[in-house]
Amino acid sequence: MRLLEYQAKELFKEYGIRVPDSIASKDIESGRKDAEKIGYPFVIKAQVPVGGRGKAGGIQKCHNEDEFELKYPQVLNMSIKGEKTRAVLLEKMSEYEKEIYLSLFLNRSKRCYTIISSAEGGVEIESVKDQVIREVGSGDVTKKVAEEVAKEIGLDENSIPHFVDILQKLSKLTVEKEAELTEINPLVILKDGSMMALDGKIMTDDNSNFRHKELAKYHEQTELEKKAEESGFSLVELDGNIAVIGNGAGLVMSTLDMLTDNGGKAACFLDVGGTATEESVYEALTLISKMKNVKAVLVNLYGGIVKTTIVASAFLKAYDDKIIILPVFARLMGAESEKSKEMLKDSETKLAPSIEEAINKVVMEVNK
Amino acid sequence: MTDIFELLKGKQNSKGDFQKQPVIVQGITGKYGTRHTKLMIEYGTNIVAGVTPGKGGQKFEDAVPIYETVKEAVDKTGAKISIMFVPAKFFLGAATDALEAGIKLLVAIPEHVPVQDTMKIVEIAKQKGAILIGPNTPGVMIPGLIKIGIMPASPFKFGNTVVLSKSGTLLYEISNNLSNSGFGQCITIGVGGDPINGTRLVDAFDMVKDYPNLDGIVVVGEIGGDAEEVLAQKIIDENFEKPVVAYIAGRKAPKEKRMGHAGAIVMGNYGSAESKITMFSRANIPVAKRPVEVSILLAGKMEKK
Repeated sequence: MRLLEYQAKELFKEYGIRVPDSIASKDIESGRKDAEKIGYPFVIKAQVPVGGRGKAGGIQKCHNEDEFELKYPQVLNMSIKGEKTRAVLLEKMSEYEKEIYLSLFLNRSKRCYTIISSAEGGVEIESVKDQVIREVGSGDVTKKVAEEVAKEIGLDENSIPHFVDILQKLSKLTVEKEAELTEINPLVILKDGSMMALDGKIMTDDNSNFRHKELAKYHEQTELEKKAEESGFSLVELDGNIAVIGNGAGLVMSTLDMLTDNGGKAACFLDVGGTATEESVYEALTLISKMKNVKAVLVNLYGGIVKTTIVASAFLKAYDDKIIILPVFARLMGAESEKSKEMLKDSETKLAPSIEEAINKVVMEVNK
Repeated sequence: MTDIFELLKGKQNSKGDFQKQPVIVQGITGKYGTRHTKLMIEYGTNIVAGVTPGKGGQKFEDAVPIYETVKEAVDKTGAKISIMFVPAKFFLGAATDALEAGIKLLVAIPEHVPVQDTMKIVEIAKQKGAILIGPNTPGVMIPGLIKIGIMPASPFKFGNTVVLSKSGTLLYEISNNLSNSGFGQCITIGVGGDPINGTRLVDAFDMVKDYPNLDGIVVVGEIGGDAEEVLAQKIIDENFEKPVVAYIAGRKAPKEKRMGHAGAIVMGNYGSAESKITMFSRANIPVAKRPVEVSILLAGKMEKK
């Protein structure tokens, strides 16, 4: 799960990491009440699960009611990199001396957690030159290590204990919540040397969700994503008009790449899982039928063990049941492909011998 | 390091034949375990025992004895290889049991294993000198000899290339293509699509790079993490001269979205396809834009040699 800023800050607070006063809302009526509680001036922040919102206008200063009435709806209704605003955070403006960077992340190739910190914060970490990087095994950070990092990034004596405290709390949060990434950027240093998290990003391990019922409230899913999950599918909704279905994440990504290379725009990425069955394909088509803007479906199945005739009957059943009326372009690999072609020859499903051909046809179809 | 070929093939007998190595199946009575055990036996894999707590003493298909624990199965059969089909939440316990019982090659099929559990097992495997493949892997096979996994048999033919893959279906697709183009495989290893792999691409490379008749290596990567970059750097550092070609899935995937696999996510530049392709090109490894181009690129690389 990628937590929104306000959700990350709720966890920070729970672990004793200081954050500015802030309240999140999802409509302007609640927002107005929050504005009174917080008091002007404050910052209006779009809550989106994607970076780069500052540049996109998702963070606005607000000094009075007139500005609020204008800016709140703007931020609430905006989309950043295809992501709609999920909530709006009103946050007290903070005065501080300096912005720094701090994160703990799972280094996959080293198979350990890594602290990244820098005296430069508030910008994307990739563009920061002087990063201090420390490997910390399974994520526990000792006082000694935290102090070393604090010194290495050149903190003042009076800030060091505050930094150590925050880093150890962040480490506890990371391990206990099974996060792949916890990031405070910027972490700001106040006049008295104490620190506060001005922004927060947390990615947890979806596969550990079953051990974290307390995080379930943060699990934001669309109706379709929920249905897909129940069926054991992976679904990513995109903004094009061709639904892409396949079995196996790699194969579906590959199909998406080739479709995009050929001028097609995917409406979704739908992986029915490594093993395709009649039921899974039928369910996938049912899901697609509930999506808006879809003009055609592109199916790429590598059914090594599965007979393609089983998949073909799923298509026929979906047409019979009027689940879909859209044209489907499919490439089915596996046993009995000749027989499946025969089965589908009078249907709206066109079988292609290669994925390249299926892609050409589907792109032509939507551009008709 | 433990030699994976020796683990899988055993030693040659006086006639020059390899001895089929015994394999245990953990979770043999589940729906998935049952189906794939049958397919593995059909392929010729020497399945000697199953493990399902509560079903010890029974027999699988009237032939393969089932034991309560891995330890019992190992004691009775001497197997050093186990393949697991247990649900993800039982991975930690089942994998610990296997490694404690002396299993030296553990192939972990389950998807959705929590990262912290995998990290714990990686540590135990290191201490025990065992190889963990997966989790979330299609498995490992030497075509024509032994199949320990869920891959279909038809795409694979014996030969002298190696395919290392993060993805299951792309492994089948690309191997099928290679086989049809005359490039059989001496081993294929699915490293899995999770963020943390028991055997990383770079470890898999180490296992196969000294194979005597090796003609070339195909790497099937995808967005997420930096396993491809680390492998490319190693190939540069070691001055590895045999042909290596690659495919990367997810070039056009949106950032910060998990694309099916737990590991397939781009965070900033970490895990991006561009980063991987750039590193591969530095290592003089051509990257195919489409799966079917892989065998063409490999043929081209071999010609130059």
